[in-house]
Amino acid sequence: MPPEPEQVAEQVFTALADPTRRRLLAELAAHGPATATDLADRLPISRQAIAKHLGLLAEAGLVTAEPGERRRVRFRLRSAPMRTAQQFLAALARDWDDRLDALTAHLEDS
Amino acid sequence: MATAQLLYEEAAVAFPNRIDRTVELAHPPARVWAALTTAEGLASWFGHEAEIDLRPGGTGELRWEDHTSPIRVERVEEPAVFAFTWPIHGLPDSDPRRTYVEFTLEPTDAGTRLTVVETGFAQLSPEQHDQAFGGNVEGWAAELGDLVAHLAAHPDAA
Repeated sequence: MPPEPEQVAEQVFTALADPTRRRLLAELAAHGPATATDLADRLPISRQAIAKHLGLLAEAGLVTAEPGERRRVRFRLRSAPMRTAQQFLAALARDWDDRLDALTAHLEDS
Repeated sequence: MATAQLLYEEAAVAFPNRIDRTVELAHPPARVWAALTTAEGLASWFGHEAEIDLRPGGTGELRWEDHTSPIRVERVEEPAVFAFTWPIHGLPDSDPRRTYVEFTLEPTDAGTRLTVVETGFAQLSPEQHDQAFGGNVEGWAAELGDLVAHLAAHPDAA
């Protein structure tokens, strides 16, 4: 069985709560799949920390490991969990309170 | 133990799959109905501009300054029930997931009791659905169509 949306959203928000993981995800989103070495060259983060956080992100299903050049593992962002988290945020942003206030005001005015 | 169970239950329902609101309006259902179901009405409180083909299966569009949302009309039972589905804001246009919005109008002594219920935020992504059931995106879209049909047929279930 796939994970519940709630679990998926929680993993995304937990991942995003850490600045190093945020940075890694942002880098993969901006420039595409990369190896831990690529990321260590580009970011002011130790290779050791990068490897640790990529491992956590892979466990949570937010990145996948795939074969890269010279037998190095490349990490690729997985968008599906992000979209599930976005559904959570969309529910918060629907704002029916403001909309119904606007409807009430419209009926009063017309 | 009891505390842990409580926390677990809270966590399990934390994803807001369903939003519902009820407002008492000092206007008869016919006036509220017009505000909900006509382009002119919708444009005066919901979007900045609106278009609507008011029949089940009809399409429409709600436009704001920064984005546009297509809608598909699902239920038209004047003057009591109006429902549509629309995409989840923030997801790509290609994503088949939509939420279901249903307005129910009940006459009261003072005017109208209006209830809005929006459901479907906690759907699995097409990819997760594939993993679980070996289906495809089209299959999921069909499933969602079934969900919408079910919701339309059983407005009290959800």
